[in-house]
Amino acid sequence: MAFKDILERFKKGLAKTAQLFNVRSWFGRKVDQAFLDDLEGKLIQADVGVKATQRIIARVREEFSGKEADDDLIAFVKLELKALLTDAQPGTLATAPRKPTVILVAGVNGSGKTTSIAKLAQRLKDEGNSILLGACDTFRAAAADQLAIWAQRSGSDIVRGNPGADPASVAYDACDRALARGVDVLIVDTAGRLHTQSHLMRELEKIRAILQRKIAGAPHEVLLVLDATNGQNAIRQAEVFTQSIACTGIVLTKLDGTAKGGVVVAVRQVLNLPVKFVGVGEGLDDLQPFDADAFVESLFM
Amino acid sequence: MFDDLQKRLSTAIGRFKPRGVLTEANIKDGLQEVRNALLEADVNYKVVQEFMARVSERAVGAQLIKSVRPEQQIVKIVHDELVDLMGEPDTSIRFDKSGPTVVMLCGLQGSGKTTTCGKLARMLMQSGRKPFLVAADLQRPAAIEQLKVIGQQLQVPVFSQADSDPVKVCQGSIAEANRQGRDTIILDTAGRLHVDDDLMAELREIEKKVKPHVVLFVCDALTGQDAVASATAFNKALELDGVIMTKLDGDARGGAALSVRRVTGVPIKFVGMGEKLDKLQAFDPHRVVGQMLGMGDIVGLVEAAQQAIDQEEALRQQEKMMKGKFDLNDFRNSIGQMKKMGSIGELIKMFPGLGQMDLDIDGLDAEGEVRRLQGIIDSMTPAEKADPHIIDISRRRRIAAGAGVEPADVSSLVKQFDGMAAVFKQMAQMTMLDKIRAMTGLGKAGAFNPGAKLMAPKIGTGKRLSPKEKEKLRKLREKEERKKRREERDRGRPDDKGRPRP
Repeated sequence: MAFKDILERFKKGLAKTAQLFNVRSWFGRKVDQAFLDDLEGKLIQADVGVKATQRIIARVREEFSGKEADDDLIAFVKLELKALLTDAQPGTLATAPRKPTVILVAGVNGSGKTTSIAKLAQRLKDEGNSILLGACDTFRAAAADQLAIWAQRSGSDIVRGNPGADPASVAYDACDRALARGVDVLIVDTAGRLHTQSHLMRELEKIRAILQRKIAGAPHEVLLVLDATNGQNAIRQAEVFTQSIACTGIVLTKLDGTAKGGVVVAVRQVLNLPVKFVGVGEGLDDLQPFDADAFVESLFM
Repeated sequence: MFDDLQKRLSTAIGRFKPRGVLTEANIKDGLQEVRNALLEADVNYKVVQEFMARVSERAVGAQLIKSVRPEQQIVKIVHDELVDLMGEPDTSIRFDKSGPTVVMLCGLQGSGKTTTCGKLARMLMQSGRKPFLVAADLQRPAAIEQLKVIGQQLQVPVFSQADSDPVKVCQGSIAEANRQGRDTIILDTAGRLHVDDDLMAELREIEKKVKPHVVLFVCDALTGQDAVASATAFNKALELDGVIMTKLDGDARGGAALSVRRVTGVPIKFVGMGEKLDKLQAFDPHRVVGQMLGMGDIVGLVEAAQQAIDQEEALRQQEKMMKGKFDLNDFRNSIGQMKKMGSIGELIKMFPGLGQMDLDIDGLDAEGEVRRLQGIIDSMTPAEKADPHIIDISRRRRIAAGAGVEPADVSSLVKQFDGMAAVFKQMAQMTMLDKIRAMTGLGKAGAFNPGAKLMAPKIGTGKRLSPKEKEKLRKLREKEERKKRREERDRGRPDDKGRPRP
């Protein structure tokens, strides 16, 4: 099961780092300021962020002030977090009524877009889809080569342009090829960019516009790849990318380390952007549907 | 979340209006704001806790300075303490005199190692070294290709062996570098998680076999609370000599820099400020602290100004100004130079406070204004530019028609010029830094900080210590630490003979 699997991985990772905190040791403590400070520290250390944490703390204070901490309290906090994170259909992506389904993938540099696309392609392939990859990262040296190697491993087709070519033109060609070959899914990789670079954000908008023009209803999913080790800046990333290309979901990568990725809680408070998948390793099958339960458990470990 | 700390402080403190001295009670809310700002900047939770204890200790009891608002004073204390915590910048790289110097880069996946290798090679080349890039990342598909492309762009040789293992590649690279007469070897290792035992062991193996002279940890400035965990693990495994922070050109507050510095004691040497290969800069604590507090990049502004302004031209103008012979030609030149520093919108963003305000910069059309002024000056004859006072009604009408403006605009420019010439004359006697300091009121931040604990920056000894030596050093440090603690405890208490201690 995915749930257990992720939990195992988290546990494995965490056993190696100092276990500074144990939820059990809370039990029996009075819910006072010192207790709430501890709880706050715990959430902030998981990158949940000041504002999101304070909101949760306020709720706990309201419900439990003066009482003793027990299972109910932990369950309450977890429920609060889960309510924020639960997605109606975790791990499922929208499909187009007529082929191809187009998935646009974007994110900041080094967040793990290309690797995530490779994993996603493998996953969709295993579900019986034919895949075409559009290598629109024409900026970074050898980015298309990287995707090509992954395409070969997962047995997908790839469209690529020359280094330095207009990424929108690659997207254009990819649409043509997808339509001509009648593939089920077209996944478009883009160059990593910091959301503060407005000219690069415009370039991304242009890619989106091309997809929209070439294929009705495209892109059907716009996935933002967030690095779980990122801190509060991820909120800005999500805001700006969503504003620019209307993201529909998040892929949270690098969850196999010690970072908790708690910032997605804060992201969810600001935007209604569900986490679709989590990346938990470098292998092709290390992409799991997001599981809110397992994720919240891990925040408290 | 990107509001200026000073603004937040003024709301928090404004409610209390402290008079005379700062006390724990009247700055409590203010300090809470500081704490939240640091946490939002992704400074590690524990580092923040520790830091706030220090700041409140310094702030409580501080006399309020009349001319400064209390929040400004607190910001200054926080700023100074932060700069202090960052330690003296140490951007040196110790080169081995007897043979090629080996520099090893390591870090998590996606932190920007390969790009940074290229940037570092370029920087070293500019200082006369002959770098040699080694593709030791055999993990990520096409990582070797990426380094080769970068090598080609820089015209630096790249060493690679596709079907080998990273340890052998690194070992083999040294002989090859010697053969090609290259003096600085840069190892691009694969990204790895600090909890991946096998890959961390591989890294230690490379260190053991190759004995790099400098080990640099590449850290993503976007990193949150986890930065401490990964940096500590890498430092434990490899004994890092320095850190390179990447992706600082975005709007990340870069709190990771402080956390890593504080927890590992390893100095931050360089920062990556963009995707292009020339975007590697020496680390400057003032700048990162400013960014962390959302105070704008003052130092960045100064540097931008220095780079854009042609020194000779500036000197020439200065001389003319001193003599009072500053004319419209010079005025036009100085506007042109201001434009070179970047768009007005960008400049405004660099100023503390202004960047965070919701100024409708585009609506201001400051650049249009500059173009208009230049247009007017361009429509004048040389004689008019040299002495604008000869402009009479008919000249004024001609100039206005030429520039496509109203005659009144020409008069107002001449009036402005008279006023500005006076200011320019005054400013000419200040350095650029003074000008900016005068504007921001930050003063000589960090110049005085009594009682502050200075962390000795870790400077490479040029050789790798043996485990035995390391152990010895550690014991010595602990002994010092105990002694200091004892002294602190005893201070103020009478000694055995009942006399007060110094």
